[in-house]
Amino acid sequence: MLVCRKWKLSVHGLLPFTVGACFDAIIILEESDMKDTVEIRWHGRGGQGAKTAALLLADVAFKTGKYVQGFPEYGPERMGAPITAYNRIGDKRITVHSNIYEPDFVAVVDDTLLESIDVTHGLKADGGIVVNTQKSRQEILDRLQGYTGKVYTIDAREISEKALGKYFPNSPMLAAVVALSGVIEPEIFLNEMRASFEHKFAKKPEVIEGNMAALEMTFAALAV
Amino acid sequence: MAIRERLSGNEAVAYAIKQINPDVMPAFPITPSTEIPQYVANYIANGEIDTEFIHVESEHSSMSATMGASAAGARALTATSSCGLALMWEVLYVAASDRLPIVLALVNRALTGPININADHSDSMGARDSGWIQIYAESNQEAYDNFLQAYPIAEHKDVRLPVMICQDGFITSHGVENIELVEDGPVKEFVGEYHPEHYLLNSKEPMALGPYAVSNYYMETKRAQRQAMLNAKQVILEVAARFEQMTGRKYGFFEEYRMEDAEYAIVLIGSAAGTCKAAIDQIRETTGKKVGLLKIRVFRPFPEEELAEALKDMKAIAVLDRSEMFAATSGPLGAEVRAALYQAKAQAEVVNYFYGLGGRDITVDDFIEVYDRLEEIARTHEIKDMYEYIGLRSR
Repeated sequence: MLVCRKWKLSVHGLLPFTVGACFDAIIILEESDMKDTVEIRWHGRGGQGAKTAALLLADVAFKTGKYVQGFPEYGPERMGAPITAYNRIGDKRITVHSNIYEPDFVAVVDDTLLESIDVTHGLKADGGIVVNTQKSRQEILDRLQGYTGKVYTIDAREISEKALGKYFPNSPMLAAVVALSGVIEPEIFLNEMRASFEHKFAKKPEVIEGNMAALEMTFAALAV
Repeated sequence: MAIRERLSGNEAVAYAIKQINPDVMPAFPITPSTEIPQYVANYIANGEIDTEFIHVESEHSSMSATMGASAAGARALTATSSCGLALMWEVLYVAASDRLPIVLALVNRALTGPININADHSDSMGARDSGWIQIYAESNQEAYDNFLQAYPIAEHKDVRLPVMICQDGFITSHGVENIELVEDGPVKEFVGEYHPEHYLLNSKEPMALGPYAVSNYYMETKRAQRQAMLNAKQVILEVAARFEQMTGRKYGFFEEYRMEDAEYAIVLIGSAAGTCKAAIDQIRETTGKKVGLLKIRVFRPFPEEELAEALKDMKAIAVLDRSEMFAATSGPLGAEVRAALYQAKAQAEVVNYFYGLGGRDITVDDFIEVYDRLEEIARTHEIKDMYEYIGLRSR
């Protein structure tokens, strides 16, 4: 959780990519409430890629040397049905194989889910939630039943369409969860994602730059 | 050098298959095992392995074709889940009595009624009497490690039995976790080449396989199968010892977690063991209560004596079953653990719980409650209900 605390501070206080030595003293203070494992719950609809996003997060966190879990919870499998996916990320081996009921962070890929699902259920008060929406932050706050932790909203559609010319919410959501949770340092995250896109889209370089732009635009939007 | 990776349980088993490069894989898709043949088909299409993949029209056919290939002298395997295993039923027994060293990658899923795709052990527990060796995994790592050990056990001359390598559907099959893979060279050396002693394609030794056995012969066949199961115990341990030399990872019939000084033990099979371990760590840290876990890895052959020895001094034991057998008494594991303890004249109080049926989640808090209950039972010597449920709604 050291990295997490560092990044949280930098999101609130400074430019997103200047995580540095000046926080050392604060890090020591934060060690007392260090947690072994960060738990994240994803809400999406079948076909939107919430499961893929959770697996991508596990993937990139693994590459930074973490112990990871990324797993879906399946109900009846059909497009558009609400689905849940989970991440555990930590510095020690994780053996727990249950779902997550008291997440540190929640990611909502589709804001229409706010009407039918209590997305902040069990969410820790000192954690946070990020909602992909085109609505105003205030409108989302009104729907979160007085949740007192951090609330981020991100317009993944706008970012994705600007960066990639198409609507793929995964890259912006992934960056938003990294920004919110601090499970990976942003710079390391961007480097790892570039390497992974370069591997995956070796024959489509324009997709690499588009996806990288989507990640950076998300960081920029959230750091304001 | 170990390869550090992150894979789902299905990916891990498919990777083990790729490393072993078996001869023949007939398979029919069924959730949640479908990915295994899917990944293997990819490896074949990419020219990474030369396994012959046979598309079949049902699981009855996939097991029949696997049997045919194995009888011909090939190293054969298949994968399935739930109703797929149920449809293989008839053929499972034939494979075992014909002493064919087939490996089946089973991804445990509830049997239908009502239809459900999630983890429970009703499929493999239903096949527990079929004569197959059954080895279960807690994690992706164990699913992979167990798969690598499957052929050396199955093909051993003192065993020659089919082996089922089981893992929990979705929980490990679709969950991505850290894993350490063994490099290809050591895997090939560990698993070895398959040179069957008797096989149908050997023109120098014409033989019939699986003929009719009149009453004069049937019973001896069954006794011989029992002997193979008895022999399997020693072979399983030998293969595990070789595996430990290669990887440093130790395996036996079961894993004992913090049992050295334990007074209260849970006995279970599969992925829930990891959650139970977290509960044990938490209880020991916060209360100092002496709680432990015995996780069954090998269910067939059943390690009766070893298990009783490990459990005989407990004050109270909870045996957790992830399937029903509708005896209106125990679940399958509950019944066998009780019998083992009775034989050993153990004094421990024993309760049997049903949990996780059809994928019902089990949490750290659930385990803490079970340990609390065990302590109460040991104190009062009163068992209100021998057969309880975890996470069952009252209405």
